[in-house]
Amino acid sequence: MYGAVIAMKMLKTIIKQLTHKPVTTKFPAEPAKKFEATRGHIVFDPSKCTSCTICQKRCPAQAITVDRANKIWTIDRFKCVICGGCIEMCKFKCLSMENTYSAAATPAERGIDEYVITYVKPERPKKEAE
Amino acid sequence: MSSKRTVIPFGPQHPVLPEPIHLDLVVEDEHVVEAIPSIGYVHRGLESLVDRRDYSDFVFLAERICGICSFTHSSTFCQGIEGLMGIEIPDRARYLRTLWGEYSRLHSHLLWLGLFADALGFESLFYNAWKIRESILNEMEATTGGRVIQGVCKVGGVRRDVSNDFLSGMDNRLDAVEDEMRELVNVFLNDYTVKKRVCGKGKLSAADAYALGAVGPVARGSGVAQDVRMTDYLAYKDLGFKPIIADSCDGYGRCEVRCKELFQSVDLIRRIITDIPDGDVSVAVKGNPDGEYFSRSEQPRGEVIHYIRGNGTKNLTQFRVRTPTLTNVPALVSMLAGCELADVPQIVLTIDPCIGCMER
Repeated sequence: MYGAVIAMKMLKTIIKQLTHKPVTTKFPAEPAKKFEATRGHIVFDPSKCTSCTICQKRCPAQAITVDRANKIWTIDRFKCVICGGCIEMCKFKCLSMENTYSAAATPAERGIDEYVITYVKPERPKKEAE
Repeated sequence: MSSKRTVIPFGPQHPVLPEPIHLDLVVEDEHVVEAIPSIGYVHRGLESLVDRRDYSDFVFLAERICGICSFTHSSTFCQGIEGLMGIEIPDRARYLRTLWGEYSRLHSHLLWLGLFADALGFESLFYNAWKIRESILNEMEATTGGRVIQGVCKVGGVRRDVSNDFLSGMDNRLDAVEDEMRELVNVFLNDYTVKKRVCGKGKLSAADAYALGAVGPVARGSGVAQDVRMTDYLAYKDLGFKPIIADSCDGYGRCEVRCKELFQSVDLIRRIITDIPDGDVSVAVKGNPDGEYFSRSEQPRGEVIHYIRGNGTKNLTQFRVRTPTLTNVPALVSMLAGCELADVPQIVLTIDPCIGCMER
């Protein structure tokens, strides 16, 4: 009797194991799972950056450098820990987060990303002569 | 007549235990007479970075002390700074921190159960434990943005809110997880082969656990009701927390405590989801910490203490962490004395060692 119960339990497990779908996904044929909140990588918009350097000062991994003289914004993708701190600090909303992970690469292939800042300070409307 | 004593080295590289701890096992025949631990293989000097980093940026570093209890490290550090500066965080942030703390306990315990099954040579059980863990990690990623390093705590609250709709969805998904866990835990607690390997192995009496300062599931598995969650930090005061203890004082007891804590965490998460108040998730922080503070909280492995000292500047002057694994090493040495050589790897695993976290 006891043996029959065990056999039934085993049979149930065997049928379950044979019929269910695979638990794992076929990456990279199938894209990796991601969510809206996933911190994938940082995206920079050079047209909004005023070179205030707050991102450089507050980056915990010291991955960001801003060259004010030559107007170049640089991020070292291998140093960046994708904490998203810079996005919160940036007052001009030129940084944002994408939820896709970047594919594996060597530092030579995709280590340091350089952007030329294209922001132009808008001219103040001239006061009309009285 | 006693035979000749031999010293057998265990670790720092060992197939069962991927973490670098070295034990000199003094053996007589097949019995371990004494175990002499030596540590210091993965010291990174994280604590000394505190005087070169802004205290609010150090939260990210504090989180990287450990890869498993990462969330609890960041919340304990933030709790310390908030205590030092007299900041009262909003209730919703308090509840969210508790929620993520309990989720990280679920994922840590499932990880340990998997590793333990692997150490016993029970491969399929290991896969099943980690399969369940993956659904917990998905919830973590969907709510915080990170699977293991959440990066969601900040001084003054939390950086992300979770919508109430999403929280009720999490509640529904927990039902399926709980069913799967029940099936898994049944094997750990009732299976003949597992019981053969853990029952009566690695004995630690309640008096020894107390005297040697064991914390977390190691103490609770020996019948010592020691849990920081009883001290009413975060939202545990409102949730009415009672610790789980086991009286068998051996490897089975420690496994039982962790298995039962899985369901306790699920219950706590359910209560958090129903009771969570609406409102802001962070408050503005002004000024710099001045003075010293001890911040305590319960990690999956036991009690963690963060000591913080500031001098009124944006850099702290001292930071010290006492992690649960370090306090459990003396208990481990006492467990190993008198055991059989073949049982050493699985006894070492029952304290859930995290050497990276211990040496920082």
